[in-house]
Formats: sequence, C-alpha cells, structure tokens
Amino acid sequence: MDVNAAKMIGAGLAAIGMGLAALGVGNVFAQFLAGALRNPGAADSQQGRLFIGFAAAELLGLLAFVTMIILVFVA
Amino acid sequence: MAAEQGGKIDPMHQFLIEPAFGSHWIVGGYDLSFTNSALWMVVTLVALWAFMIGGMKRELVPGRWQMAVEGFTGFISGMLEQNVGPGGKRFVPYVFSLFMFILFANIIGLLPFGIVPGVHPFTVTSHMTVTGVLALISFAIVLLVGFGKHGFHFFSLFVPSGTPALMIPLIFVVELMSFLVRPFSLGLRLFVAMTAGHILLKVLAAFVINGLNLGGMYIGLVTAPSMLLMIGITLLELLVAAIQAYVFALLTSVYLNDAVNLH
Repeated sequence: MDVNAAKMIGAGLAAIGMGLAALGVGNVFAQFLAGALRNPGAADSQQGRLFIGFAAAELLGLLAFVTMIILVFVA
Repeated sequence: MAAEQGGKIDPMHQFLIEPAFGSHWIVGGYDLSFTNSALWMVVTLVALWAFMIGGMKRELVPGRWQMAVEGFTGFISGMLEQNVGPGGKRFVPYVFSLFMFILFANIIGLLPFGIVPGVHPFTVTSHMTVTGVLALISFAIVLLVGFGKHGFHFFSLFVPSGTPALMIPLIFVVELMSFLVRPFSLGLRLFVAMTAGHILLKVLAAFVINGLNLGGMYIGLVTAPSMLLMIGITLLELLVAAIQAYVFALLTSVYLNDAVNLH
C-alpha cells in the first residue's frame, strides 16, 4: 500500500477514538445529571469532581486527535 | 484568508510563529525575534492588567466592574478552599494568575481581529511550548511544596494507606507513573483543545469563502450552512475556552491538595 494512503487510513481510524471519547464525556454529564436530579442539594458540591471526570474522559479523545494530526501533518 | 487561495485549505497556517514586525533579531546564533506569540502574550497581559486595575477600587459599595473582578477572585479562592482546605489560601495568587491568563489568552485568540486588514490574531495557548511551561510551573510548585512540607515522607503519596504489602511495589510504580504524566497531560489538554477548535473554525471559514468564490448554487448549498455551523461552533469554542481555563486551574488545585495534605 502507498505510505500516504496508509497514513490517511490511520488518521481516519484515529478519528473513531474521538467519537468514543464523546460517548465517555456524554456519560460523565448524563450520570451527573441523573444523580443531581435525585439529590439536588448535593449537586453543587460535586461540580469539581464532575469537571475532573470530564477532563479525564476528554483527554483520551484529545490524544486520538493528536495522533490524527501527527499522522496527517507531521509523520 | 490569504492562505486559502485557489481553493486549497491550509488550516495550520494560523499557528505559524513568525517575527511580529517582519525582521529577525539574531543574537549569538539564537533567534530572539519579538514573535507574534510574544506580541499576543503582551496583548493578553495588558488586557488582564486593564481589567484588574479597573476593578481594584476597594469601594465600600462595589460597582459593576469591581463586582466582576471580585466574582473571579471569589471563584478561585472558593475553589482552593474546597479542594485544598485552609492551607490553600497561600496558592490563591498563583492559581488566580494562571486561570486569568489562560482565560484571557483563549478568549483573545477567538476574537475576530482578522477583519482589520493586516492584523492576524494568534492564540497563545495553542502551542505546547506555552501550555507545557505553565504545566511545568504547576508541577514544580507541587514538588517544592510537597518535599518542603513533608520531606521524604512525600513519597507516601505513591502508596495509598491500607495497601497490602504484596501489592506495594506494583502500586508504587503505577502511582508514580500517573504522577509523572500529570504535567504532560495538563499541558497537552489545553493545547489540543485550543488547536482543534481553531482548525475546525478555519476549515469552516474556508468552506464559506470557497463557496462564495464558486458562486451560483454553491452559496446556498455550502456557504449558508457552513456559516450557520460556524456561528454555533464559535459559541461552543467560547464555552471550551472558559472550561479549559477552569479545568487547568481545578487540576492544579487538586494536585496542590496532594502536596499539602498527602492522601
């Protein structure tokens, strides 16, 4: 296979990782909302943890993005 | 949009670092030019100073501007109070500067200065060199505080209390790895989030321009939906700019909590 074609296919496969990270981020907020609606009094104090979970899930999608950018523009 | 001539989309051109006023300044083999990155850092600092000095009036009945500044300081000191506890007050100046610098740099990079001819806006935080140094400063402060306060007892951070003796070597390595990767992930997150957003905006902007150039039905088919999507993405990017600044400050305060209180 042509090397350039292989790079582009790899970049496309890396994009799947971003979609999966989107599921993760959605899950973080969905679970937070589900918990917050059951006990609204405790919701505000857990916002820091919400964003820590968001940041951890998002980081993995961003790593997939970096892989993609490196394949397209650097490698 | 000079980079999009002939329909070729070049979304990476906006991240090019070049001398701000056209001339290189070489000292002893090193290029010490005043780059556009440095220029926009200065713009960010000036905007930040203007915002802070305008609000630090210490009036008994605060006006709107003072309320805005006090809202930010109260937000950061509340965050440190919640995450670190009483020992966190010492770090309010550092975390506040970090948060405000990142927030202002993110938002100034998004503002449409490009409509003024000859002005090319530049997002300072879209480079790993900048965000990596900010992350390393945070990491260095964690190390200094941790070893200064607890001495070699700081290493107990890597062995959670109640770990079975058999598991200690394994847990130690895992915790050490997750500790050492922190500055990398902290810097990478901010840099990639800003880079990704700006690439997306630039690609959509190129769709708009190319559709206009082709004319005819392309204006309705390509330009109009791209423009609408671009407006939505810009609003999303404003949210991301604030969230990334918040996450950076939040994770810094969580790491500081480890250093001050151990586990």
